[in-house]
Amino acid sequence: MSTAIQNISLSGKKKQVSNKEMTFLERLYLIAIVKGLWITIKHFFRKKATIHYPEQVRPFSPLYRGRHMLKRDEQGRENCTACGLCALTCPAEAISMKAAERQPGEEHLYREEKYAEIYEINMLRCIFCGLCEEACPKDAIYLTISKELVPAQYHREDFIFGKDKLVMPLEMAIANSKKQN
Amino acid sequence: MESAFIIEKSIFIVVIFAFTMIMAMYSTWAERKVAAFLQDRVGPNRAGWGGLLQPLADGMKLFAKEEFEPDTKNRFLFFVGPAIAMSTALMTSAVIPWGDKLHLFGRDIILQATDIDVSLLYIFGIVSVGVYGIMIGGWASNNKFSLMGAVRAASQMVSYEVAMGLSIIALLMMTGTLSLKEISAQQTGFHWNVFYQPLSFLIFLICAFAETNRTPFDLAECESELIGGYHTEYSSMKMGFYLFAEYANMFISSTIISILFFGGYNYPGMGWALEHWGVNVANSIGIAALFVKLCFFIFFFMWIRWTIPRFRYDQLMNLGWKILIPLGIANIIITGICILVFK
Repeated sequence: MSTAIQNISLSGKKKQVSNKEMTFLERLYLIAIVKGLWITIKHFFRKKATIHYPEQVRPFSPLYRGRHMLKRDEQGRENCTACGLCALTCPAEAISMKAAERQPGEEHLYREEKYAEIYEINMLRCIFCGLCEEACPKDAIYLTISKELVPAQYHREDFIFGKDKLVMPLEMAIANSKKQN
Repeated sequence: MESAFIIEKSIFIVVIFAFTMIMAMYSTWAERKVAAFLQDRVGPNRAGWGGLLQPLADGMKLFAKEEFEPDTKNRFLFFVGPAIAMSTALMTSAVIPWGDKLHLFGRDIILQATDIDVSLLYIFGIVSVGVYGIMIGGWASNNKFSLMGAVRAASQMVSYEVAMGLSIIALLMMTGTLSLKEISAQQTGFHWNVFYQPLSFLIFLICAFAETNRTPFDLAECESELIGGYHTEYSSMKMGFYLFAEYANMFISSTIISILFFGGYNYPGMGWALEHWGVNVANSIGIAALFVKLCFFIFFFMWIRWTIPRFRYDQLMNLGWKILIPLGIANIIITGICILVFK
């Protein structure tokens, strides 16, 4: 009437296994080898999964978080005011900075009265999580979609990127503001 | 006349030597390429077109590496090991008939370094000496892993040589000669031995895998258990010699399989080509045919390597002693009966 409990398959994947003796042909092992050879030779002619890296680049996600950039506004002034929120929020403690006061005559360089004199990201510590970008109240730091990775170096100091590598190039800011107008 | 003969043979020997070396070199490249292709990768492709300069780069790297010597009791044996492995691997090519003959400069040039009438025995003799290279090297390394690898290699080669010899005896009963040249010549017109002796071919093939220490019988150097087996302590070009010898051995055994069972330099339509195109063209095609056959077997060695996992040691010994040797003896009896009945 009711099925015995050991015969019920809850997952639907239950299989009856048997320990039956192998037949002579199976024990010969040769048929199995030929089958195996057939499987491997099929892979020989299959399309290869390799991406030839420097020549070919894998398509990146539109949400890809690449190398950081310190933005300039449409007049080419640096956005960053060295508030330190990015450094505070950074889970890897990769960011450090030193603030300085804007002097008269530097208004064309920095947007606010305070700016980052030194702004450094240790690329060995950074995990590219993007929390700095979320924390920034001035829209100053962005993780770009640049596909350029941090290049290999021989010395650890070379992985600490200063403002020279982080701040958006002036030409790019000019081009951006032209695009907007 | 005599000096011309010496010059001809010297040139031929140098050509064969260079050819064996190049084949061994490019077998390493082919191994990596085949492995990659069977695993859906592309393999080395940076050095030269399609990675063709990769063997050169590998060789240069090995030459440039520091030569480390373990604190071994016997330095001499440590040096002798790879030397024996390499020289025995190269010596076997002396008796292989690469083709029938060419007619150049008014002379018939026989495409074989030397046609001794016991060439098959010679090959077996040399191959058995090859195991000393591994044994001496592994023993002189003063390392337990090396010794284990060497012991495994030695016992494996000794036990599979018996089955190999038995499989060959059945073939010899049919051919009636030990000369590789005559065995090749007997197979003209698609009378390949593999059709008459399939069992013998199968045993020989399996034993060839064991003799060359290739997967599935590569217990002598299985990385997961023995680090590198007998060449664990070797570095620089001494290790290069061991690896090189393995590939040279693979090349030679592929050649011997092609000659013994697949007609050597014979190809369908050879008689017609001899009549219509002359000796040189027909026999050049013959050399190419042998080359194609042996390349297939080298590929087959690699193909098997990425298909069948390694045998366990007791399985290896069971297969050798309990299956292949009785099969070989049965094959001899069957062959004997067939010869009695049909001739």
